Amino acid sequence: MSPEPARRRAASSEPSWSRRDFLRAAATATVGLAAASACTARGDDRVLRFWAMGREGEVATQLLGAFERENPGLRVRVEQLPWSAAHEKLLTAFAGDATPDLAQMGNTWLPELVALGALEPLDASVRGSREVDVADYDPGILDTNVIDERRYGVPWYVDTRLLFYRRDLLAQAGYDAPPRDWDEWVRMLVAVKQRVGPERYALLLPLNEYEPMVALWLQQGEPLLRDGGRFGNFRSPGFARTLRFYLSMYERHLAPPVAHNEIANLWNEFARGFFTFYVSGPWQLGEFERRLPPELQSYWTTAPLPGPTGPGASIAGGSSLAIFRRSPRKVAAWKLVEFFSRPAVQQQFYRLTGNLPARRSAWADPGLAQDPRAQAFRDQLERVRPVPKVPEWERIATELRLMMEKVVRGDIPAADAPAELDARADRILEKRRWMLDRRAHG
Amino acid sequence: MKPSRAGWLFAAPALLAIAVFFVVPVVAALVMSATDFDIYALADLRNTRFVGLGNYFQLLQTPLFWRALLNTLFFVVVGVPLSIAVSLGTALLLHSRLARFTGFFRTALFAPVVTTLAAVAVVWIFLLHARYGTLNYALSWLGLRPVDWLGDPRWAMPAIVLLSVWKNFGYNMIILLAGLQAIPAELYEAAQLDGAGPGAAFRHVTVPALAPMLLMVSILTMAGHFQIFAEPYVMTQGGPAERTVTVLYLMYENGFKWWSLGSASAVAFVLFLFMLGTSLLQGRLAGRAGWSS
Repeated sequence: MSPEPARRRAASSEPSWSRRDFLRAAATATVGLAAASACTARGDDRVLRFWAMGREGEVATQLLGAFERENPGLRVRVEQLPWSAAHEKLLTAFAGDATPDLAQMGNTWLPELVALGALEPLDASVRGSREVDVADYDPGILDTNVIDERRYGVPWYVDTRLLFYRRDLLAQAGYDAPPRDWDEWVRMLVAVKQRVGPERYALLLPLNEYEPMVALWLQQGEPLLRDGGRFGNFRSPGFARTLRFYLSMYERHLAPPVAHNEIANLWNEFARGFFTFYVSGPWQLGEFERRLPPELQSYWTTAPLPGPTGPGASIAGGSSLAIFRRSPRKVAAWKLVEFFSRPAVQQQFYRLTGNLPARRSAWADPGLAQDPRAQAFRDQLERVRPVPKVPEWERIATELRLMMEKVVRGDIPAADAPAELDARADRILEKRRWMLDRRAHG
Repeated sequence: MKPSRAGWLFAAPALLAIAVFFVVPVVAALVMSATDFDIYALADLRNTRFVGLGNYFQLLQTPLFWRALLNTLFFVVVGVPLSIAVSLGTALLLHSRLARFTGFFRTALFAPVVTTLAAVAVVWIFLLHARYGTLNYALSWLGLRPVDWLGDPRWAMPAIVLLSVWKNFGYNMIILLAGLQAIPAELYEAAQLDGAGPGAAFRHVTVPALAPMLLMVSILTMAGHFQIFAEPYVMTQGGPAERTVTVLYLMYENGFKWWSLGSASAVAFVLFLFMLGTSLLQGRLAGRAGWSS
């Protein structure tokens, strides 16, 4: 739309301008101008709007010089969002028709934005691409981007949960290698607990995190929701095994029944030996290096998560790059996705942020290849699985966390938990079932 | 032009603003509370179902809603009197003729009101820490066992009350101090001549003179306390065992975390009814006691 008609009309009716004419012309002109300026913001084919979160946003800006040199006439405007507000911003941007061309997206957020119909399927682009090679990604990570058999993102960096532990304390308890299965892990935890006494613990399993328990449940190899995400699957044998194992940690006083805010300073407590094992993600690699005292640096390390019978699975996390359906610059946006997917750019990104690269070949970077702590992640990434890809999953997982907290504190008997969790999950999924049924009939 | 019409005309801009920014959103929220508006509805309005009072019935059947109501009532019933008592106490101390450095103390006691809650929360998490906290250290001096303030379901809400009283008493203190300073000194002199001691003077001069202000302070404090959100949000995120989930926190989670705006709107209206009810009751009680001016 352009302001042209308003101007023409104003010019032609010049001799006999009534007040109403003037007002109408002014109103049309204002609307026209507003639309025109909106067009320059949205319609300029040479400026890509890219939303990235936190530190990733800062670093993306530094990497873009090379991209803009390769694509003369194309410019990228990185808009940084704080992680805490990003999810809400994405939803309000969708509601307000102000989505960017492409964005960094937590892998677990994709289902929600796909449910909104906000994202562009990328299957054809990926197939036709010479830069993005799906064989060079971990299957579990790739899977997070595929919803209803369509691909909506390209993994940017990856994340999963595994063991962080104190090698010195474990050695004092008589073990010089990390556990490989649940039984071995429990034996080690018991041995550590016996050594450290009643004031300290073997494992930190904070009550305000559901990820460790979800990871243990994923190891059981059964779906976490039934019937294509229509119902909860908490009354399954796999969940029963996970629940028993998880609760035994607190019952045997191997883990303290605390939440994060009672720990106050995680790194101080780890340094003090308040706990020996901790289940966490790759962002702690940098944090532990920065925050633990120098004399402890050679005593902490990482190991893949033990499973029921040998090395187990864990959660497929991280962030992907996704293109918005309403973007008028999808071709240019895809070029940027390809740029960020190059192994060399991924290595650069890793060196600047510490985020683990999604491309397997990027792991040849000496900083990763020679770091045993990072290599444990490499190993774990071979065995990652996505959490259920429904928008309601986080809410269901939060119910799981709240329920576990109540069971651990003795408010609810453990035997009642699975049925109650299923009831809550089914209630949360009610709308989804209605949507799916309607789609099937309509 | 009739004077009444002129009056409406003058009031029109303000009325328009109220209509656009208050009446319309409230009516929209009321309509929304009768639907299951959620993330799917955001994608396509045809995914909205009209549920009538369904959200309200659902809410009444949710244990967490009752838990949240109970937590909020605890916060109001314990927090409001405590907060006003501390405000009045400090105002009296500052007003006392014996007080020295009143300018300094007035500023110092008001300081928590203007500090950022997020920053204060970090300090308080350490003060309340079960093993290294100053508060437990002080308790151990008195020979008391340490309390796991933020981790024990029984103590988390009292800890939040403590933080909130400390954070907010300065505001009411300033208002009450202004009220105290407005009481004519002659009244105290007359009371003294009639043989009243400090206690009697407080009961028969200070309290009646301060009554309208106390009523206003208590209504405002009560309204504020019903809407408690930030303190549990920064300190405990509703935990432990949902003991610090308040009504507004529940609304926030439903609305902005889970995007169930229909049920979040229903929570908002239930809270509104509660606050309206208590404010009316307060006004009625104060009227009966002859407090309101």
